[in-house]
Order: sequence, then structure tokens, then C-alpha cells
Amino acid sequence: MIRYIVNKFVFMFISLFVLVTATFALMNAVPGSPLQSEKATTAQIQKNLEAYYGLDKPLIQQYGLYLKKLSQFDLGISMKQRFRSVNKTISQSFGYSLRLGVVSIVTSVLAGCALGIIAAMHHRKFLDNLAMVLAVAGLAVPSMVMAPLLQYLFAVKWRLFPVTGLKEALDYVLPTIALSSVSIAFIARLIRSTMIEVLHADFIKTAKAKGLPGHLIVWRHALRNSILPVVSYLGYLTANVITGSVIIEQIFAIPGMGKFFVQCVIDRDYPLIMGTTIFYAILLLATRFLADIAYMLVDPRIRISSGRVGV
Amino acid sequence: MQQDIRMNTAANPTPDRFMKIGRDPGRVERIERKSLTAWQDIRRRLLANKLAMFGFYVMIAIVLLAILAPLLSHNNYFSNDLDHTNEAPSMRHWFGTDDLGRDLFVRTWKGAQVSLFVGVAAAVIDLFIGIVYGGIMGYFGGKTDEVMNRIAEVLYSIPYLLIVILLLVIMPPSLATIIVAMSITGWINMAWIVRGQIMQLKGQEYALASRALGAGPFRIIFRHLIPNAMGPILVTLTLTVPGAMFTEAFLSFLGLGVQSPVASWGTMINDGASAMTVYPWRLLFPALLLSLTMFAFNVFGDGLRDAFDPKLKR
Repeated sequence: MIRYIVNKFVFMFISLFVLVTATFALMNAVPGSPLQSEKATTAQIQKNLEAYYGLDKPLIQQYGLYLKKLSQFDLGISMKQRFRSVNKTISQSFGYSLRLGVVSIVTSVLAGCALGIIAAMHHRKFLDNLAMVLAVAGLAVPSMVMAPLLQYLFAVKWRLFPVTGLKEALDYVLPTIALSSVSIAFIARLIRSTMIEVLHADFIKTAKAKGLPGHLIVWRHALRNSILPVVSYLGYLTANVITGSVIIEQIFAIPGMGKFFVQCVIDRDYPLIMGTTIFYAILLLATRFLADIAYMLVDPRIRISSGRVGV
Repeated sequence: MQQDIRMNTAANPTPDRFMKIGRDPGRVERIERKSLTAWQDIRRRLLANKLAMFGFYVMIAIVLLAILAPLLSHNNYFSNDLDHTNEAPSMRHWFGTDDLGRDLFVRTWKGAQVSLFVGVAAAVIDLFIGIVYGGIMGYFGGKTDEVMNRIAEVLYSIPYLLIVILLLVIMPPSLATIIVAMSITGWINMAWIVRGQIMQLKGQEYALASRALGAGPFRIIFRHLIPNAMGPILVTLTLTVPGAMFTEAFLSFLGLGVQSPVASWGTMINDGASAMTVYPWRLLFPALLLSLTMFAFNVFGDGLRDAFDPKLKR
């Protein structure tokens, strides 16, 4: 078990290292200096700027320096945002993204599980069909269609929710629905198909024979056995939420991190690009790592031996 | 008559109510139903699935319209007509016009071309890389498999949005950039599917027979094993397309995809969303068509999966 975790941890680091190196190589492969601007600068200013950003050193030394700073969680200084550090830029905006993201992930899991359980318990009856039609519709309508639509209907036309912003509890409703609809649909389908299979298993028959009421069978026996695919999906759910929030933040005017993804590419602000990329990569890899461990904890059948998963 | 016997048996089981039927040798050997090949069986199941067939017809209709509509319309997708901006749908402009007076009907179908092209191109690239990589991983196994699998895992852990952003630094925003970015990680899923299939199939007798006759590994993989793994490969392929179309719309929405005047559903939705309270049709048509297309590909892909593996259908 320990070995398995260590193994996963090492690979998380290798992934991260590959990404950092690839990012660094790409940034330096681009012709032209990011410090060039429309305004004419004297050679001395240019030189000072380069020294400030460490661009006057040989490439390999820059790389080493970047790695060293990175190990101290220092992502460098933005080139376009008036010498603000990337750390500060991220910490100021990430709060919004984090709150929306957590709310969305929790909503996705809860609503998806509920929908999937209802569908599985009423297999091939009306509620099942309804839930699955909802799920396919949720999968088909992409967030950039869902978000403006919700905004138009619920905020502009019927004035039930605020149009933009993210301050009060009500502000969260529309962005969360828009951000979670696809994941809810996915989780619902995942839970439904596993749970239908589990409900046919012998141990469920035993529980029924012992006289356990239906909701307790689902809660105690079926759910624990059908939640596994959802746990392993959590890592990718995080990735989807992060990606999706770029659009949702734009539509609902939420001052989160999403805008930097696009803005830094247009600005060619290399430290910021590298910073946001690495920051999100760490976040994602960590989530996936945690999901792997959670997977092991949820399923008592999985025994780890010599670093490999065996059932 | 036969029913009478059965109904009375339980109440009054006297021997005279029974009749010996005996064995009819001709009947034992008779094949009651026409025998179907695997593919005929799959087609039969697919045709019986109404939702999947609906998806299939919608797919065909959208492909045909995407090709024909821009050709047959008297409008084009790039001409401005500044006297007729933001017009509601009419006989002249079926889907209305946008803020530059461009015909939205043609633009929407031009956008469909872009979407479908991205979807199909991404799927085809995934298919080629995935089959070769997955085939080698699955067939050779052992250390080869281990190393190749690790490489795939590392790549897979990098989200495509980050790859797109990194690529956009060195490449201009365009269709090619989107397709390359999607292909960098897109093939891994296909490779894993192929790997799993090949690992199952390589122990079969026909693979062994082929090897005994002196066939090399690549001949066995591509001539014998891959054709037998076609089912899951096709399903994955169908389900790749809507994902790729979504990614294109997503990036174009953000302004990182195709650039004006080329139309794309993502850019049109972005334009439309900003004016939706006043000119809702500018959002409605591309949004509706994108959702409909994704719906069609998804239900067809699901139906195809059920048709290939009826055990999975619940």
C-alpha cells in the first residue's frame, strides 16, 4: 500500500517535471524576446530589463534557476502586468475559481449520484427514462450554450437570479448549473449502469432476503459498490471544471483565473503562461493522486501488492 | 388443443390426457432462423434502436446541409451588407444576419463544415496513432508495454487546455493548431482501447496459426487482430467526434480558435451571446445546431456500443 502510494507520487512528479521542461522549452523556442514592445527603448533599458528577468544568462542556467524558484513555490514576475509577481496574480483571482469549482464539483457528485440512483432503482420505468433523457440532454448541450441560455431566461427575463458576479449565495446558482450540467449527466450515467449491475448481485439478494428495506440496501450495499467509477472520475471532473470555468467566468463576469488563460497567451506574458500552466498542472495532478488514494480506501476489495492494483 | 391439455393437467393429471410426440429427426436439425454474420447482427440491433437511428439520420442531414447549403445559397459567408445588419430571420436571410450584415444561414453551415472537419480530422488522427501505439503495446506486452504505457500516462495527465495554450505561443490560432493540440493527448484513449482488445485477442488460435505460418508481428497485428477489434474502435471513434467538436467550439468561443471571417459555431455563439437580449436568433441557430449535432453523435455512439456488445445494454 505504501509502495503503491510512493509509486504514484513519483509518477506525479515525473509528469510535472516533463510538463515544466516542455513549457520552458516551448517558451524559449519562440523567436523574438517577450520584452520587445512598440515603444522604442534604449539598449541600456533593454539590457536592464533582461537582467531583471534573468534573460541575459545562458539558457541552461535560466532553466536551473526556474526549477530552483519553482521548488520554493515562486513562479516569477509577470512581464506585462507592471512587475506584479505571478504568485500574487494567481492568489488574488484563484479564490473565486476555487469557490465556484468546489461548489460545482460537490453539486455534480451529489446531483449526478441522486439522478443515477433514481434511474437505477426505477430501471426501465418512467423515472429511469426521464433521468436518462435529462442526462443525454445535459451531455449534448455544451456549457457555452447552457450559460447564456440560463442567463437570458433566469436572470434577464424572469429576474430570479443576478446576471453576473460572485458575491452572494444566489450568485452561485446559475454558474454552478452551467458548469456542472455535463458532469452531472456523466456521473448519473456512470452510477446508473454500475448500480443496475450491482443490484443484480448475490449479496443484494441476501440483503433483500434478510428483510432490509429498499433504501437501506441502496445506501449501505449498492451505493458503496457503485461509487467506484465516480471516484476514479473525480480527477477528470476537476479538469473539466477548470476548463469549463474559463468560459463560465467569462460569461458571468467572475474575476477568477480563467481570464488569464486567454489573456496571457494574447499578451505573450511568458512567466504568467508558465505560472498558470504549472499551477493548474499541480492542482490537477494532486487531485488525481488523491482520487487514486480515495479509490483504494472506498473499495475494500482492492488490495495493493508490489505496487500494482489487483482485485 | 395443446393448450387444453396443459390447462387440465394440473387439475386432472390422468395418463390418457398425455400424448407422446417423439423425436422428429428432420426437425432437430432444422435451423429455425436465418443465420446472421456478426456484422448483420450488429446492423439489425442498430436498426432496431430508434434513438440511435434518429441520431444517425440527424448526422447525415447535418453533414449534407453543411456541404450543400453554402454552395446552393445565393448568399455567402463573408460579404458584409451594412444596410441589413442584425436582421431577423426572413425569406432572404433564413437565419437572419449578424452585426456586419452577414447571412447567418450560410455562416451557420460554414461553421458546421469547420466543426465536422475538426471532429473527423481529430478522430482520424487519433485512430491512426492509437491503433499503431496501442497495437504495439498490446501485442508485445512486458517491458515494451510498461514503458509505452507510462509515457502515455504522463501525457494523459496533462490537460488539453494547457497544451493548447502552450501551442498557441508558437503557432497562430487556427484550425491546424486546434487539431494538433487535440491530437497530442487525444490518441491515448484510443491506444488504451486497442491495447486491451489486442491483449485479449493475441492468445486466440488464429493469431497463433498465423504466427506458426511465419507471419511477422505487424502482419498479425494489422491483418488479423485489428480487424477483429473493430467494434470498440468504431465506438470510440464515434464518441471522439463530439468531444473534438466541443473543444473546437470551446476554443473558438474564447477567441483562440478559427479567426474571422471564417465562421465557427464557437465564435458565432460568442458573438450571439453578447447580443442575445436584443437579437436572440444570432445565438439560437448555432447553439441549437451545436447541441443537436453533439446529441446525435452521442446517441449514435451509445447505440453503436450497445449494438456491438448487447450484454452492456441495460
